[in-house]
Amino acid sequence: MLKFVKYTLETIDGVAVYPVISLLICFTFFVGLFFWVFTYKKDKIKELSELPIKE
Amino acid sequence: MEMQQFYYDNKIVKKFLYASIVFGVVGMLVGLILAVLFLFPNMTDGISFLSFGRLRPLHTNAVIFAFVGNAMFAGIYYSLQRLLKARLFSDFLSNLHFWGWQLIIVAAAITLPLGYTSSKEYAELEWPIDIAIALIWVVFGINMIGTILKRRERHLYVAIWFYIATFVTVAVLHIFNSLELPVSAMKSYSVYAGVQDALVQWWYGHNAVAFFLTTPFLGLMYYFVPKAANRPVYSYRLSIIHFWSLIFLYIWAGPHHLLYSALPDWAQNLGVVFSIMLIAPSWGGMINGLLTLRGVWDKVREEPVLKFFVVAITGYGMATFEGPMLSLKNVNAIAHFTDWIIAHVHVGALAWNGFMSFGIIYWVIPRMTKTELFSKKLANFHFWIGTLGIILYALPMYVAGFTQASMWKQFKPDGTLQYGNFLETVTQIMPMYWMRAIGGTLYLTGVIVLVYNIIKTVKQGAAVEDELAEAPALQKISSGRLKGEKWHGWLERRPIQLTLLATVAILIGGIIQIVPTIMVKSNIPTISSVKPYTPLELEGRDIYIREGCVGCHSQMIRPFRSEVARYGDYSKAGEYVYDHPFLWGSKRTGPDLHRVGGKYPDTWHFNHMYNPQRVNKASIMPAYKWLFANKAMDHSLIDAKMKAMRTLGVPYSDVEIANAMKSIEEQSTAIEKNLNSDPDYVKSYDASKAEIAKKGETFVPMKDREIVALIAYLQRLGTDLKVKKQ
Repeated sequence: MLKFVKYTLETIDGVAVYPVISLLICFTFFVGLFFWVFTYKKDKIKELSELPIKE
Repeated sequence: MEMQQFYYDNKIVKKFLYASIVFGVVGMLVGLILAVLFLFPNMTDGISFLSFGRLRPLHTNAVIFAFVGNAMFAGIYYSLQRLLKARLFSDFLSNLHFWGWQLIIVAAAITLPLGYTSSKEYAELEWPIDIAIALIWVVFGINMIGTILKRRERHLYVAIWFYIATFVTVAVLHIFNSLELPVSAMKSYSVYAGVQDALVQWWYGHNAVAFFLTTPFLGLMYYFVPKAANRPVYSYRLSIIHFWSLIFLYIWAGPHHLLYSALPDWAQNLGVVFSIMLIAPSWGGMINGLLTLRGVWDKVREEPVLKFFVVAITGYGMATFEGPMLSLKNVNAIAHFTDWIIAHVHVGALAWNGFMSFGIIYWVIPRMTKTELFSKKLANFHFWIGTLGIILYALPMYVAGFTQASMWKQFKPDGTLQYGNFLETVTQIMPMYWMRAIGGTLYLTGVIVLVYNIIKTVKQGAAVEDELAEAPALQKISSGRLKGEKWHGWLERRPIQLTLLATVAILIGGIIQIVPTIMVKSNIPTISSVKPYTPLELEGRDIYIREGCVGCHSQMIRPFRSEVARYGDYSKAGEYVYDHPFLWGSKRTGPDLHRVGGKYPDTWHFNHMYNPQRVNKASIMPAYKWLFANKAMDHSLIDAKMKAMRTLGVPYSDVEIANAMKSIEEQSTAIEKNLNSDPDYVKSYDASKAEIAKKGETFVPMKDREIVALIAYLQRLGTDLKVKKQ
């Protein structure tokens, strides 16, 4: 079966770029997320986390 | 600052909670009936609408969409109002949402047992109900976003992000997976075929688990666990990471349901890699939930609500560790199609969704009725019997799964299969099926105790339907960033932007998965000997779909020596190009059927469908006697069906469509002729003819009955690639 389906995508132009794009998207995503989280001030985080219990 | 007074709508929360409890009991009861049907396959003999194949989708739909769905809406509406300091956007929309959803559930409870099904797992409902689901889902979305827009709390707490992602993603998934071409009021064909249909279905199926059973409940966890423990979540930073990485990664992982299938390799590998990565956010979330209880573990000893939450979160952790492991190809080779998967999903459903829901019910009801829980003792009893139920359910299913896999794959020294008869592998695990039924009974008993406890609690309390609250009005500030305001602070108070960003996050993975699939269509190698089904086979296939055969039989032979030896040549992508919908299945309670065509004579199928136990004494397949009833099969839709198929790309010619009835007549006559070769058949056929004549009814020849169409389909399966006898 592997032989049978392995090359199905090779006929699509530029399929090799797929894994590269995937990796880049993921890398950028997580770097962005890192900045999102660690540029928060501690007291702001504390204030936000208390939202449910201070009703 | 001016304080505003307003009322929280408790009534809608109460309605959803009650609906959840009622449908929970119903859904689990149907599950228990199914478990017992494994032990007594002919318990509902002759009653078509109570047969296993038709009840299975009813069980999964009732538990997922009715029990868990209603609990989720109740929890969201309760927490949303309080986190935003605002009453729900519109009472009318709330009620429309509630009654619309219940109507959909009732429609499902009627149509599924009657055999109206698209056969796609967790998306079985036919097209009119699909449209209703889409509309009511939009009502829910408008109501939620409307509430967010009129809020009195500037910042959107992380739980609300999870709710927003739930709304957006389920809408996208539901619409794309439900694209189907109607043939009649209650029959349609999936627009996708074969491999493509499989990929879209499991992109949906996997993410339905993610965004219907997981993200909303994580939102609820981030609200109710801090509430019940009376302390903030362990790490708010971690919850942000949890949210974004979870919704971003989840959507890529669907293909892990199709490992070693005819799906292209690269798509399988993509699914595996992302499934493994999912451990990180999932466990981050679990740790965040459990560590919220740091310093208050003594409370867990006394408070049943917290006990339920702890087991629920632990169940989440177990299921999300197991999931990535199952998506490894070598583990999947063992687990797929076995009872291991049944164990896996039930750890998720019974522990994570079930126990979260019970915890929320026990926490919310006393607060909305201004009283204490009627009996903590009973709640504790529920907790323990429920936990025991989960263990007694899951453990035997794990053992059964391993046993099945090892027996399926075992060879003798001479190179033949050790257990060549599939039935041996079924008989071996019957004790496990017994234990599973007992585990399920314990779990259901716990739920019935909850029902009693809640009724007593509500009776002793006084319902507060509109709860007074007050909060300062939200001052209007610039929609742009304020001086000194960080961009994330800004984004987290802008619901529309946040929603868009979440949509982008889920679409990236979605697109990367789906676009190549569309290209795959033109790249699936065509096999010249693969031809469309004949009209009679097409009708037979629809009976196969109606009876839910796909619930127990796969049509996907993986490229393993053990499977090729047992079932025949492995399945090729090009063999399914005319399969709208695909019928690969996900569980083998019985053997694979992809190459069953020509394996047995017509008379064998005839006898087997009428009384499986007469063919194999130990068989646990139920009989399908109604297919033999003295009733002519309805072929009135064949013209519409073939034309619909042609619209979807199946090459039926005008002549073939015009001659459909003639072709049916010829093929069924040939099958009847084969049946006549069995003297026993002729004897009983003549006897039944005489009996019907005695009753004064019109006799319908066997060739015009449903069973013949089904035999035609079964005999066709997988024969396109076989060398035909000249």
